[in-house]
Amino acid sequence: MNQDLPRWADMVLIPALNLAMALLMSGLVVIIIGENPIEAMKYLVYGSLGYGEGIGYTLYYATNFIFTGLAVAVAFHAGLFNIGGEGQAYVAGIGVAIACLWLDNTHWLIVFPLAIFGGAAFGALWAAIPGYLQAKRGSHIVITTIMFNFIASALLVYLLVNVMKVPGSMATETRSFEAGAHLPFMSDIFAWFGLKIEKSPLNLSFFLAIAASVAVWILIWKTKLGYAMRTLGFSSTAALYAGISPARIIIIAMSISGALAGLMAVNEIMGVQHRLLLGYTAGYGFVGIAVALMGRNHPVGIFFAAILFGMLYQGGAELAFEMPAITRDMIVVIQGMVILFTGAMDHMFRPTVARLLSFTRSQQEGA
Amino acid sequence: MQTQTTATRQQLPDAAGEPPAIELIGINKSFGNVRANRDIDLSIKKGSIHGIVGENGAGKSTLMSILYGFYQADSGEIKVNGKKVHIAGPRAAIAAGIGMVHQHFMLVENISVLENVVLGAEDGPWLKGSLDRARTHLEKLAREYELEVDPDALICDLSVGFQQRVEILKALYRGADILILDEPTGVLTPSQADHLFQIFEQLKQQGKTIILITHKLREIMAVTDTVSVMRQGAMTAEVKTSETSPAQLAELMVGRPILMRVEKTKSQPGEPILQVDDLRVFNQQGVERIKGISLSVHAGEIVGVAGVAGNGQSELLETIAGIRHAKSGTVRIGGVAAGVTGNSNAKTLRHLGVSHVPEDRHKMGMIGPFEEWENSVLGLHDEPENSGGFIMKIQTILQHADDQMQRYDIRPPNVHLRAENFSGGNQQKIVLAREIDREPQLLLIGQPTRGVDIGAIEFIHKQIIELRDRGNAILLVSVELEEIMSLSDRIIVMFDGHISGERDPEFTNEKELGLLMAGINEAAQ
Repeated sequence: MNQDLPRWADMVLIPALNLAMALLMSGLVVIIIGENPIEAMKYLVYGSLGYGEGIGYTLYYATNFIFTGLAVAVAFHAGLFNIGGEGQAYVAGIGVAIACLWLDNTHWLIVFPLAIFGGAAFGALWAAIPGYLQAKRGSHIVITTIMFNFIASALLVYLLVNVMKVPGSMATETRSFEAGAHLPFMSDIFAWFGLKIEKSPLNLSFFLAIAASVAVWILIWKTKLGYAMRTLGFSSTAALYAGISPARIIIIAMSISGALAGLMAVNEIMGVQHRLLLGYTAGYGFVGIAVALMGRNHPVGIFFAAILFGMLYQGGAELAFEMPAITRDMIVVIQGMVILFTGAMDHMFRPTVARLLSFTRSQQEGA
Repeated sequence: MQTQTTATRQQLPDAAGEPPAIELIGINKSFGNVRANRDIDLSIKKGSIHGIVGENGAGKSTLMSILYGFYQADSGEIKVNGKKVHIAGPRAAIAAGIGMVHQHFMLVENISVLENVVLGAEDGPWLKGSLDRARTHLEKLAREYELEVDPDALICDLSVGFQQRVEILKALYRGADILILDEPTGVLTPSQADHLFQIFEQLKQQGKTIILITHKLREIMAVTDTVSVMRQGAMTAEVKTSETSPAQLAELMVGRPILMRVEKTKSQPGEPILQVDDLRVFNQQGVERIKGISLSVHAGEIVGVAGVAGNGQSELLETIAGIRHAKSGTVRIGGVAAGVTGNSNAKTLRHLGVSHVPEDRHKMGMIGPFEEWENSVLGLHDEPENSGGFIMKIQTILQHADDQMQRYDIRPPNVHLRAENFSGGNQQKIVLAREIDREPQLLLIGQPTRGVDIGAIEFIHKQIIELRDRGNAILLVSVELEEIMSLSDRIIVMFDGHISGERDPEFTNEKELGLLMAGINEAAQ
């Protein structure tokens, strides 16, 4: 059946309904463990949006999710399901760290572009290999990108234990960067203009994420490369018909996807951690899949979905702190609900909404 | 026709008092704002063959889907053999004695005929008993209706004609007394189609009722007893076949007189534009699909390639279009070697002046979810007029698309509508406009009017002939023999990857071409 929804319904109404459903179910879970769901909701919202530091943390998490969400979306438009954002971001950390370790005695303005380049290049490379294997050897991208997550993880362990570790130290991390390789925090940026906000990990990368969103929007809908990618995404036979080389587009799309995932490392490594360390990606790459799904693979949608997930991360942490009965695992359950209802069960309300809308429309026309 | 005298049927009241096999009263069905069926009344006599004709989107399929339980009517009632029934789903339809043979077969390719017949009608958790019973039953059915099929053959090893028989057997096995066939001859040669019509007669004599949905008026005239015409969701006429003519039916379908013949002058062939020499093409599985074909198409000439689907015509088109690579042989366009054995692709062929309207527009010729303007540059998105370096010239493309929609009468004229929301005829016009507008040296065109309504067929044929008259070469592939015969200046028949014959349309007939399509070349013997 044709379920063509108006744009606003597709972009706003359906996600809102799904989210409401997810929160309702989470509320039930909270009731089952004997806590007050309204109370829990209050902590969650206050913790994520109620005060300056909370907002800062929310947006800092969101920055990661924007990058990884965009990465999934770009590949998706070319018909590729890149689940390797986690590994790509992880490997990209090496590129960012090299730029920072090399030039951290200069100024962040010099290091920043190099870190962006390093992160993007390493991420792109890590995604281009599965892309190449898909394009030329027919190895399924889902399988290879998952495998590459493991390889990335092993590679980082090796590098941090054997190569990049500070000699004599027990910590599996590089030395901390000098101030020259610290991205300004948002509180610093506001201070330049004489404004005072609370300190948080939120840093300049947030603007980079916004820029990346705009760039992806232009790429997908305004350029001929984006056109070729979308053509391939809908039909590989049509792509052949149009003289588009699927192999070439697959490799390019995966590289761009990997580069975007790689930018997440700029936020984490240069923006917050100021050193390369084990496990800093913390699952953000996987959350990017849910963010892209919820955001309908559109940069605007991804931006808002990323903020929502940022709220869940930050508010969830506060909630676990305020209501001890709700453990971190419960937060994961709630996040799981959101992913389930916004991503996997997206089609649950769609037919009903489509029917209601077409009904009201025909009523109006009848009147 | 003989009277109904089968042992399987009960005593029936005399013909005059007999209730109709199917009676539809006041059927209405809307999808959103579209009224797909409005106040449909239809009554089909038991033991008759009833045709339903209409353009695409006239509501035939919706009506049959309601009868088979895929959709529920918004209002109206259905009576089977005089009894009111509620058909909630295909299961209920089968229980009421209605069977359906779909246009695209609903068969599982890698299991046997017997297993396909039983599938969904097993009578217990264990397969063995069902299969044994089915085997005996099937043999009986096969004898009764002359529908012999090897019950142990795998579906994928059967020809389409036999696959269709399995579909019919499936319906009969489930006790169908009323058979609905949706465009059953689309995949058959003329002789296979004739055989199918013989089966119809057999079924009719055994008292079965047949509803035939088709857009081929020739078939309606040949086999049906009565025919209903649908237009824009309404039943516009119901006539006895013996009292009507194809021209009248066409007019009833479209609502205005239709030119049944394509008007064209004699061709004035010029220089050879397309020269194919000893072309060999293998498919991905390594099977040779084109076995050494040589042909040429001259400027100002339409060469039609006839043949049953799957005899290498698709591969021929796709190879010349640069989508597929050949193993050996050459293709020259205007004297320039196109390099189809190695480094060509669709883009290089386009640059040599080749345009291509592919056989399957849904998979290849357009992107359903793309807006019209995006489809208007599919394959041309790389050209300097459509994109400067990296960014597409969207304003220019929009203007051009808008202009094209006016000139090719594509409706509705909205460049932002998604291609999938246009009717079949208008989708084809979108593709045709894009490909013809470039004024190609050579136009490759496959199934130009598949799934296209009669009104648009006229327009498309006119465009093709005008292109020829402007001195361009056209290679036409179609499974519609009528179309090949009326458009072509020269006809090539393909069978099993070979050219089985070449004919002048002035001096041949469907029978002769039908034999060539089956690989029998009488002149050569």
